[in-house]
Amino acid sequence: MIETLQALAEPNRFQIVELLRDGPRAVGDIVDHLALRQPQVSKHLRLLSDAGLVDVRVDAQRRIYALRAAPLKELEVWIERYRRIWEGNFQRLDGVLQELKAKEKKRGRTRR
Amino acid sequence: MKNSGTLKVITPSDREVAMIRVFDAPRHLVFEAWTKPELVKRWLYGPDDWRLAVCKMNLKPGGGLRFVWRHDDGQDMGMSGVFREVAPPERLVFTEIWDEDWTDGETLVTIVCSEHAGKTTLTQTVLYSSREARDAALKTGMEHGAAVSYDRLAELLKS
Repeated sequence: MIETLQALAEPNRFQIVELLRDGPRAVGDIVDHLALRQPQVSKHLRLLSDAGLVDVRVDAQRRIYALRAAPLKELEVWIERYRRIWEGNFQRLDGVLQELKAKEKKRGRTRR
Repeated sequence: MKNSGTLKVITPSDREVAMIRVFDAPRHLVFEAWTKPELVKRWLYGPDDWRLAVCKMNLKPGGGLRFVWRHDDGQDMGMSGVFREVAPPERLVFTEIWDEDWTDGETLVTIVCSEHAGKTTLTQTVLYSSREARDAALKTGMEHGAAVSYDRLAELLKS
């Protein structure tokens, strides 16, 4: 998990991942979309591959990179659980607020 | 049925986590529910086998705060901090540090309430000392969060 986040935390790598969401691309194609030279792009791709975020296959002379869904899915599950604990808190807060609203209404009425 | 909005969790920067949620109440009440200990204790306790045993707030800039969550089995999880900004009903800023420092230093929490047509949008942002600290905190949140079963959530929705 930490590995996924670290891989994604670098802006160029994040951009590569965003690019690959539309489908697999050849290295040259990725270079064309980034303000980086090929060696840098290759370095980032290697890191993404090490983190399990992308797969590579060789097609004739070209290396084609594709996104792997599993680590991103894992990340989503992770954030989802954090979200769930707070959703529980906030659902209880909803109840507290309804009560405060009702009390305030009552006070307002008695004042009038 | 009391659930007035879905919770959005976003990571606005590599050191922050923000939660955004709409409540069906004016913001002075949301602010009150966030700043009166007897009210805070009723909702801010996470999974059902925890409770907020200690909730002390000296609600003024420079004033201290102390929260201790206690598990059914007696385990404690404490947090202390200092208020930086107290501007009801809109803004509350405080630092926090856990007794067992799993967030790698102090975090800064900013709570902003904005009201529209009687509903309040609460934005709660936590700024961590580093990206690693944030990620570690998210991970801890996940482990605790996993303790909340869907059955319990459904129960809460009914109440």
